[in-house]
Amino acid sequence: MFRPAHQQVEVPDWSQRLTTLADQAQSPDLQAFYSAGAVAPDTPLEQVPFTALDLETTGIDPEQNSILSIGLVPFSLARIRWGESRQWLVQPETTLSAESVQIHQITHADLAAAPPMSQVLPELLTTLRGQVVVVHYRAIERLFLYHAAQRCYGAGLEFPVVDTMELEARVYRKRVPGFMSRFLGHQPKSIRLADARSRFNLPFYPPHHATVDALASAELLQAQVAWRFSPQTPIRDLWR
Amino acid sequence: MQAEQLDIREHLRRHPPFSLLSDDWLNTLASRVEVAYFRAGSTILQAGDPIEDLHYIRSGGVEIYRHEGELYNRLGEGEIFGQLGLLMKGMVRFPARALEDTLIYFIPGDLFRALFDQVGSFATFVEIEDRTRLRQATANEGSRNELMTTRVGRLITRAPVTVSERADIRTAAAIMTEQNVSSVLVVPESGDEGDPRTTGGAMAGIITDRDLRRRVVAQGLPYDTPVRDIMSSDVVTVQDDQYLFEALLIMLRENVHHLPVMHRLKPIGLIDLSDIISHETQNSLFVVRNIFHQQSVEALQALVPEVKASFVRMVNEDANSHMVGSAMATIGRSFKQHLLQLGEQKLGPPPVPYCFLALGSMARDEQYLRTDQDNALVLDDSFVPAEHDAYFEALAHFVCDGLATVGYTYCKGDIMATNPTWRQPLHVWQHYFTDWIRRPSAQSLLNSSIFFDLDGVHGDTHMADQLQALIADEASKTPGFLGCLARNAQNRTPPLGFFKDFVVEKSGRHRNSINLKRRGTAPLVDVIRVHALASGSRAQNSFRRLEDTVAAGFLTAQAASDLRDALEFISLVRIRHQARDIEAGREPVNNIDPEQLSSFERRNLKDAFQVLSNAQRFLKFRYRPQSTR
Repeated sequence: MFRPAHQQVEVPDWSQRLTTLADQAQSPDLQAFYSAGAVAPDTPLEQVPFTALDLETTGIDPEQNSILSIGLVPFSLARIRWGESRQWLVQPETTLSAESVQIHQITHADLAAAPPMSQVLPELLTTLRGQVVVVHYRAIERLFLYHAAQRCYGAGLEFPVVDTMELEARVYRKRVPGFMSRFLGHQPKSIRLADARSRFNLPFYPPHHATVDALASAELLQAQVAWRFSPQTPIRDLWR
Repeated sequence: MQAEQLDIREHLRRHPPFSLLSDDWLNTLASRVEVAYFRAGSTILQAGDPIEDLHYIRSGGVEIYRHEGELYNRLGEGEIFGQLGLLMKGMVRFPARALEDTLIYFIPGDLFRALFDQVGSFATFVEIEDRTRLRQATANEGSRNELMTTRVGRLITRAPVTVSERADIRTAAAIMTEQNVSSVLVVPESGDEGDPRTTGGAMAGIITDRDLRRRVVAQGLPYDTPVRDIMSSDVVTVQDDQYLFEALLIMLRENVHHLPVMHRLKPIGLIDLSDIISHETQNSLFVVRNIFHQQSVEALQALVPEVKASFVRMVNEDANSHMVGSAMATIGRSFKQHLLQLGEQKLGPPPVPYCFLALGSMARDEQYLRTDQDNALVLDDSFVPAEHDAYFEALAHFVCDGLATVGYTYCKGDIMATNPTWRQPLHVWQHYFTDWIRRPSAQSLLNSSIFFDLDGVHGDTHMADQLQALIADEASKTPGFLGCLARNAQNRTPPLGFFKDFVVEKSGRHRNSINLKRRGTAPLVDVIRVHALASGSRAQNSFRRLEDTVAAGFLTAQAASDLRDALEFISLVRIRHQARDIEAGREPVNNIDPEQLSSFERRNLKDAFQVLSNAQRFLKFRYRPQSTR
């Protein structure tokens, strides 16, 4: 039988994995982060402490491009705590292209006074202790933070992530479109953040601002759980 | 201000009561909201649960229920709920359910309370009692109109010029010339008291320039004729604490240009038309004067645009509904009076005395644009059909055709003096009314709701007074009739409110438009009529009826003022939209699309509908119906 792609992914037991990483960590920052651990895999979603995270970057290659800003919003299934949202501007390690200035509305002047990633990362790690991170398209956040940590600490960063884009893909990318479907000209459903949100009747937010995008994915996760899961669903079914 | 707060802040800013707040407040709110998503059909608030935040609908739709499960409200984007619970005990009062997928912004309770305490306009908006908001909404109306806010007493610049009733008319004319006044009060000689009921003994009559011209010079009377022989003794007066607009209406109604101003029973001054006109240069008065100056129906027709223009002007000057309603009724009455005068010129003097009746909204002084003519003729009991009816039939046709020409469409129910049934001698009318009250039927109840608002506009108006007295006396002592009338007054129910661009019925059904007359003012007037008849009131105007009803102890002052506010607000919305129709060159109508309503209007209309709904419920147990024939 055909198995949907997502069921083939090997998901670690994150609470165990973080315990292991804590033992191996050399840097005190990383050690503290991993020691805070992750919730048990069978923790129901309604008890999970989430933090929605979004990075704005100079490009999509984590080795060539750098992080410009980081936004996060802590939340639970019941409430998104916008008042506790945080945002950092980061001095990029690479040069800023005119194109990315246009997209993010962040200019050289904004960044001149911003701290380098080596200062921001310890703060970020403190904030994320014990949290399950929520992103839309996990490859960006995972890889950029992995490489940033490598540059700061000489070791990469791992953490549990719920990817709202992947949750959309589970529904809309289950199978290769069949012949009839292609013949009839059916377009695959877009799983981009704004399109996914509009399917749940969530309002339009202007994109490309780290905290607003984080808020947008927090709301999206609440909607996805409301429609497709339940507050009792264990976190292991969602995280990657 | 950080960019990420912008979207939330600007969304709040677009919706009242947040639109009233300063940037500082908005920034604080935008930085502290919490957010949650509710899928369609899920529960947002459960009665009795603790509540800590004000709920703001960022997107979607929410239904609020009463404890008994009855739909109470339906709210959309930008609206708030939960304020009642927050202000009361921090417990949810009304449960809430997501009607659509809904995103809620939670405004923390401490911020809400700070706003409530520190920002008056915010507190007013979320006031605990809906009816308090309605009160505010109507109280703010008309406050800028001088006619409505200036009391007659303020126009008095001198004590009234007086002359003894024993003096001759030459002396009177000399005094008037010397004092440079166009009218003079006639006072009794000491020991020779006037009618104490009307003048308190301080005033016997009045003489004006016009009296000297018409009653003295034109008649060729000698100059030594005593003043009392030519004075008007049935003096129409105004109290010093009445408003200018009321004085103006008295003048229009009674066709007088001078009014003694009384403080209680004592005359303290005199005002004339020009005093008021200098205060208010453009008003319905000119239309009325023009009406009486026209010599043909065609000439009257030419005044129709002026009538509409004066309506629009009054509305734009923030006149209240009572003011507009009485001004339009006065104009309508003037058309009738003058058409009757023209008719009498054409047909000759009437063979027996008669009284022409205005019915319905004109009789109540609650006329706006777009009304049918409802009228009737009461004839003296000496009326002999074979001899006299041809005359009155012709007169009725002349007047009703004329009214149709000047914009008062023929009554579809044929309630017009042209219908022989409604052109009868006084004793037949007395029999009609007594029969309707003692033996109510479906048809007679319908008739009652039209004919029992009656006013004599021309001819021997004492006949109209007699009929009003008969109705008030008979109805108040006939509970069976009141019960039937009360039941009929519950037939036309208001909608629940508005949601997005729809009218929401209590059944949850949506409609595209609402007839504010049929679903709002008319049923309110029906409810008020029942109470007024029960309390024996002879007043015709709904506001006056409410006053009488309270005085007679049939309604509490609170209930009456709720009804007053509701009637005032719905009427205002109606006339404003009619004025907008006219300005846009459209025919004014009573139907309104919700999308034309401001959020202010929607909210207050909803409150007004609630008042009506409660009042209809109250009727149900207050007056027990009996079975009809």
